[in-house]
Amino acid sequence: MSTAAPGAAPASPWLAHTARIRSLKPEAPGITTYELALDDAGLAERFRFRPGQFNMLYLPGCGEAAISISSDPERRGLIGHTVRVAGNVTQALARLQVGDQLGLRGPFGSSWPVDAVRGQDVVIACGGVGLAPLRPAIYHLIRHRQDYGRVFLLYGARSPHDLLYTDEFDQWRAAGIEVEMTVDLGNSDWQGHIGVVPILFYRLRLKAPRTCVLTCGPEIMMRFVIFEALARKVAKENIYISMERNMNCALSFCGHCQLGPAFVCKDGPVFPYRAMEPYLNLEEF
Amino acid sequence: MNSHKLPVGSYIRFEKPQLQAVIDRLRQLGYRTVGPRRVDEAIVYDDLRSIDELPVGYLDYQDGGVYRLRHSADGGWFDYVVGPHSLKNFLFPPRDRVLEAHREPGGWRMETPAVDEPPIAAIGVRSCDLHALAIQDRVFLEQEYVDPAYRARRANLFVLAINCRRAAATCFCHSMNTGPQVTRGYDLAATEVDDHFVVEVGSDAGGHVVTAADWVPSALADVERARQQSQALKRRMQGRQAAAATRPRHASSAAELGPAAELGPPAESGRAAELGDVPGIGAVGESDVAQHQPLGRFLDTRELPELLLSNLSHPRWEQVAERCLSCANCTLVCPTCFCSSVEEVGDLTGEHVVRQRSWASCFTAEHSYMNSGTVRKTTASRYRQWLTHKLATWHEQFGTSGCVGCGRCITWCPVGIDLTQEVAAIRGDES
Repeated sequence: MSTAAPGAAPASPWLAHTARIRSLKPEAPGITTYELALDDAGLAERFRFRPGQFNMLYLPGCGEAAISISSDPERRGLIGHTVRVAGNVTQALARLQVGDQLGLRGPFGSSWPVDAVRGQDVVIACGGVGLAPLRPAIYHLIRHRQDYGRVFLLYGARSPHDLLYTDEFDQWRAAGIEVEMTVDLGNSDWQGHIGVVPILFYRLRLKAPRTCVLTCGPEIMMRFVIFEALARKVAKENIYISMERNMNCALSFCGHCQLGPAFVCKDGPVFPYRAMEPYLNLEEF
Repeated sequence: MNSHKLPVGSYIRFEKPQLQAVIDRLRQLGYRTVGPRRVDEAIVYDDLRSIDELPVGYLDYQDGGVYRLRHSADGGWFDYVVGPHSLKNFLFPPRDRVLEAHREPGGWRMETPAVDEPPIAAIGVRSCDLHALAIQDRVFLEQEYVDPAYRARRANLFVLAINCRRAAATCFCHSMNTGPQVTRGYDLAATEVDDHFVVEVGSDAGGHVVTAADWVPSALADVERARQQSQALKRRMQGRQAAAATRPRHASSAAELGPAAELGPPAESGRAAELGDVPGIGAVGESDVAQHQPLGRFLDTRELPELLLSNLSHPRWEQVAERCLSCANCTLVCPTCFCSSVEEVGDLTGEHVVRQRSWASCFTAEHSYMNSGTVRKTTASRYRQWLTHKLATWHEQFGTSGCVGCGRCITWCPVGIDLTQEVAAIRGDES
């Protein structure tokens, strides 16, 4: 992991680089994808990230927010972030227009183990905006489709309107991703499943010894995804989760994101399930 | 006056007032000299220009939730121990700037604020605090990212350390292997011996600065006496531990402890009567210590991380939470606690913004706040976070305990919660 400016002399890791919004795409109520381009052409060209990593987006006067990168890691120049309005920074972000400027530090954190799970069947289980940090992994799996076995996307949201990236799902299916969706609350047009994400495991015939699970969403959802995966004899070592904590600095200085021995900003957000197993069912840890 | 540079490892002695010449030399070299000062009836680190400003003769009485100063005619220059401040206040100051953003015609310009301050020379630093400094170095210098402001201040730090010859009742450096003898990270290490200082040169800078004093080489006997003072203190702390181990550990207030909760330097014998007018305050001689059997702190560190991490649901967390006010004092006085928050400070036009870093604490709700809610809502969960981080997960993160046994968190806790007692309670239920 490194800052975006490997060429620069010992730059402060606190230094945000300016970037501009190149496009805005409303994805769902309160959720927008922003494509950003760093102002410095050299930095923009050198910027690399791995699926699952995040950036700190900075609005001067409002503050920073940790936002996962949701775009294709192979694409150069534009960095995608899918943002749900939740706090004051994301509210301010929602008022910006194409061409507006903000600050960016990153990328930070660990990534989905797309190399380690090569050759395996991959189950991606996520809820709501939890699909955003997994989309770069999906692009990677599609680009290297022959390196992996079956790939399942189990995706759920509160309602059909809250599902992200549905306009890409046909492409993903065409590329060999088996997409299963569910919503908590259907509407008159909804023909799919009703219920929580873990129930989608009942649709699968997994070959447990060669299956890995990547999951991101509310902790309660991930706990039951893990439960269903373990019930199907998926090895603990093959389960990876993306944790959320208060990431204030992304440099493992500020201490806010600690979860047991881990700094979620540095050791996470993606963890092998094994590392988090002792703490997942512990209240308020 | 000797003007050459003394080699690292050499021992010299000078009469105590010669410390002024060392301070003067440091100030000539551009240092901001800071040292112990008596401010608001506590000894803190503050600007120190003259030896007349030192709290000579003061002794601190410390216990859970208790800090009192008493003057004693035969107290030394440095016979108080640690106050609420540590080197953290200077290298990782309570407020600092990490970024500035200026709106200009073409857009925002972001820049890193320069550290434009004189270098710090800290006088009278104790061994526990030098170990704490090494721990903060790991946090801010030796991980993946380097904090530029800390690095700038740290690189220019000058340390004149003092070997303690007295311990407060709250001190437990002997348990943490962090003292009382200074062993690392100093430019000069001084020991008070009668009316002079025996000084060891620890760096080239120290070897240069110390020649400002009117010094003479230390005789082997001087060096030996200085060493023996530290060793004798350590033995007394260990002896106190043995005494405390055979007594109930519930006593935590001054009234319960009685007047003899301190360990004084050998020279202090016979002063108990003089100090006896205020109950529970003052240092006393060894005979009185033996008589009153003070409850010294100690921390059993055997497999401590495993102990705490296997007791995350222990009822003790709820019990300590009934006393804990979640006030964060312990984290603020802790010389190793490093948590912080960054806030935006803008001018009225909104065109100039400073990102200001302030100390933060795991005892606040804001610390674990996420948009989906606060992770640690209860005091029990916050105390558990603090203690398990300090004594357990810190090892995994930084390869060392986060505790140096300085006892500040005990003294400055308004309700006198004592981490050594909390650990003992958890360990007691285990065995």
